[in-house]
Amino acid sequence: MGKIWRVSGPLVIADEMKGSQVYEIVEIGEEGLVGEIIGLEGNKAIIQAHEDTLGLKVGEVVRGTGRILSAELGPGLVGSIYDGLQKSLLTLVENTGSFIRRGAKASALPREKKWQFTPRVKVGDAVSQGDIIGTVPETGLVEHKIMVPIGIRGMIKEIRQGDYTVEEPIAWVELDGEVKELTLMQKWPVRKPRPYKQRLDPSGLLTTGMRILDYMFPLALGGKASIPGGFGTGKTVALQQLIRWAQTHLNIYVGCGERGNEMADVLYSFRKLKDPNTGRLLQEKEIFIANTSNMPVVAREASIFVGITMAEYFRDMGYDVLLVADSTSRWAEAMREMGGRLEEMPGEEGFPSYMGSRLSTFYERAGMVECLGSPERRGSVTVAGAVSPPGADFSEPVTQNTLRIVDALYALDVSLANKRHFPAISWLTSYSLYVDAVKDWWGKVDPEWEDTRATALKILQQEAELEEIVRLVGPEALPQGDKLLLLISRMIREDFLQQSAYHEVDTYCVPAKAGLMLKTIIKFYELAQEMLNSGAGIEEIRSSPIVYRISRMKDIPNEVFEQSVKELWSEMEESLVVSKRVP
Amino acid sequence: MDFPALYVKETRAISRAKGSLLIAESIPGIKFNEIVDVQLSNGEVKSGQAIDISEEATVIQVFGGVSEVDLIRSKIRCKGETLKLPVSIDILGRIFNGMGEPMDGGPAVIPEDYLDINGEPINPAARQPPAEFIETGISAIDGLNALVRGQKLPIFSGSGLPHNRIAAQIIRQATVKGKTEKFALVFGAIGVSYDDASFFMRDIERTGALERTVAFINTASDPVIERISTPRLALTAAEYLAWKRNMHVLVILTDMTNYCEALRELSSMREEIPSRRGYPGYMYTDLATMYERAGRIFGKEGSVTIMPILTMPDDDITHPIPDLTGYITEGQIVLSRTLERKGIYPPIDVFLSLSRMMKEGIGPGKTREDHNNAFMQSYAAYAEGCYLREISTIIGAEALGERDKIYLTNADEFERKFISQGEFEKRKVEDTLDIAWGLFSALPEEDLKLISEELIKRYLPKYRMFKT
Repeated sequence: MGKIWRVSGPLVIADEMKGSQVYEIVEIGEEGLVGEIIGLEGNKAIIQAHEDTLGLKVGEVVRGTGRILSAELGPGLVGSIYDGLQKSLLTLVENTGSFIRRGAKASALPREKKWQFTPRVKVGDAVSQGDIIGTVPETGLVEHKIMVPIGIRGMIKEIRQGDYTVEEPIAWVELDGEVKELTLMQKWPVRKPRPYKQRLDPSGLLTTGMRILDYMFPLALGGKASIPGGFGTGKTVALQQLIRWAQTHLNIYVGCGERGNEMADVLYSFRKLKDPNTGRLLQEKEIFIANTSNMPVVAREASIFVGITMAEYFRDMGYDVLLVADSTSRWAEAMREMGGRLEEMPGEEGFPSYMGSRLSTFYERAGMVECLGSPERRGSVTVAGAVSPPGADFSEPVTQNTLRIVDALYALDVSLANKRHFPAISWLTSYSLYVDAVKDWWGKVDPEWEDTRATALKILQQEAELEEIVRLVGPEALPQGDKLLLLISRMIREDFLQQSAYHEVDTYCVPAKAGLMLKTIIKFYELAQEMLNSGAGIEEIRSSPIVYRISRMKDIPNEVFEQSVKELWSEMEESLVVSKRVP
Repeated sequence: MDFPALYVKETRAISRAKGSLLIAESIPGIKFNEIVDVQLSNGEVKSGQAIDISEEATVIQVFGGVSEVDLIRSKIRCKGETLKLPVSIDILGRIFNGMGEPMDGGPAVIPEDYLDINGEPINPAARQPPAEFIETGISAIDGLNALVRGQKLPIFSGSGLPHNRIAAQIIRQATVKGKTEKFALVFGAIGVSYDDASFFMRDIERTGALERTVAFINTASDPVIERISTPRLALTAAEYLAWKRNMHVLVILTDMTNYCEALRELSSMREEIPSRRGYPGYMYTDLATMYERAGRIFGKEGSVTIMPILTMPDDDITHPIPDLTGYITEGQIVLSRTLERKGIYPPIDVFLSLSRMMKEGIGPGKTREDHNNAFMQSYAAYAEGCYLREISTIIGAEALGERDKIYLTNADEFERKFISQGEFEKRKVEDTLDIAWGLFSALPEEDLKLISEELIKRYLPKYRMFKT
């Protein structure tokens, strides 16, 4: 037990702390504020306080807890809302009201609730770390698999069936005469990646229901993506769309230093939204971490690691997990603030020089793996992190450091957002290195995917070049063929890439529909070219009712889309071919 | 009055005085961020705050600077308190300075409670998503960037633009449709000129709104450090009225640029490592802890809506002040010098302005069923017109096609009829939408892609006239 020697913002230095370890959790002062030791110097411990230090006095007690920052893992995680230190915010509302009091405690997993445990192994079975010993039906969408904690092996001496809380023992494992109790809950230090048997390459499409992602710049399961964008470009909406519709087993949303009202909106909407495949409430497969911008700064760092630790835990059950973090810039700013208080030598723009490596330790925990233990299974963690570059200038250090690590970039463009083109993902600057990783997946859904995608990207690229000319000579001066290309690229932009997050149907587009939509536009292009060749004018093509029909494709429900697009195609051929003959 | 006995600790051992900082020996029992009195040898008392405490030294930031402090006879006295605002319902109708002391000549407030001016963060799980439309009577806001209760929506302006007049118009006109509820205004003036502060106070007084207003005024000549406390005092008063007194509170803070300048000044005096353009790295968090005090809470009737005003240095929206603000607030109303030069009031830049909470606040039962579609269509048509305007400056309007010319004229009409309105004109949201429909009449009907046929048949003037 030590005492406070100095307080300066979130930095607390405590004296008489011999015997502590780095990253140990301490309780500061009479209120017991949570802090984490980040350095030791003789008897002094340098502590970052995860709560507001207002009113602390020199000489107040600092208690070491002997444990390092760990996440509680077990049934009760799904559907929960946590702060950056994994305190349950709903419990806090019950205990302390609508405002967050300093030093208030709330455990992550409910202690009273009983879960129905069904064993999968029997007495006498040999088990080792990662083995699934039983299951708990946690929600309608997630079956929680109870695994042997890392570092434990032996023979099952006893195993129970029935209703247990997370702290009651459900199995006993014996090794060399020593017996260990297993409970539904286990703990894991958040800064340490959870082990796996083997790392695999990302593969298979992470279906998001967003056309520009799924079709144009796919994200693979186990991949990592960055979404940088200035304010108002729709970062938050894009991330919300991801966690709403991504076809994964579990999604984790880390709201790190962002807006409270938006967080409230997310939480509220998840109480109503349904999973497109099962019809069950989406909150049955979500975990939320809400560390809004007015909550303690230092806890932002913890929130990211708490989130990724939970993601790895579910990955180890053999699930595909998506974690989105909004926004990693706020986390980097927390690092900068701590670095400044510690009087470290600053790197670029005042950020500490270790920011890049700290970002990689987070992103590198994404990936597809072969999980430890039996039965054999694969799981994946896919990570998408928002970046908020100051002044929408991507040359700043957080964006640049992130781009060194991630393999997919969804660059949000201010000028697109100002035109209200949403999602404002720029097709000219975005990229995905997962095109090969998802090739097989797409091959089964849409064999022409690669060609169609390349054609569309080429048209958009040509448009960008033509735009330069239009600015000089005006649109009327272009030859007919180029006018048609501008019309088609506009259709690709407005009728395919633009997607409304708020439209009932358009918000989630199945990949097959996306493919048919784009092919319809390209088919129209081919027919229109024929028309031009046989002497029709561009006005005639532009005013064709087909153009309007194509613009409404988005609103046709996924189920009836194939049928109605077939009708559109035959109509298209008829009307365009007929009008070709008329002159 | 002075009660020396109440002062628990004091020290004379000041070793350094510079800028606004005093470094003294360690004061046992002093709390971090505690407010202290600094007594000068001539008897004058200044306030200060303990910003760094340790067993070796105490660093005090003195409000109003360290002028006339001497190292031998000056004393630091601790009161054991962090900065608190005395509150009661009687704060309504009163004017305070940047330390929360009355400056209207009236008596001190008899407090019901003392509230920490930093407030406590609202638990995100207790927040109710804002969804009630506030009618400001200004078309460019109501129609295109609707404000809702519990939102934080700043005005990004430039020097010389009429942001004060717009803010005053919003204060005069803002109502929630069909409701008469307890409404209060909290006005925080931060480092503004005396004229600006008195413009607002006169306007508030003239419209009879003074008795439901609390004002905190720190003018340009007042101590810089009080600019840090002024908005926090204003928000503390607002929270008291909203959460304890069930009122709907609108907070106007002007000019937040002065606040950020003050923050930079103090930060450099503390010798902190600067981030962009010398502003401290924690400016985002600092601003967020204030703006995030806006909101609604489940189970509570009141609400806090914040409308900060800031002037963008050199009209640059990427400057750290508007940039960080934009990352925190739920949208922004941006004023345009180009529109101002064209003589359009309010000169609201439709493209750069945005209200993130708009979609929750509009639609059937809230404004009108066609609001969202009419908004999108207006926006698209105006964007097209502005794009063509840009092209036509190079190639000449004559080189445009017929369809393009229609859009070009439409953009001018949109600015003249829709955006532009009188300073004392209060348009109902229905009137705003009808103006939009009037403008759609000039466009080819098949171009109204963003509106369903049903709504076109119901609202487009030519069908409406046919019906009546």
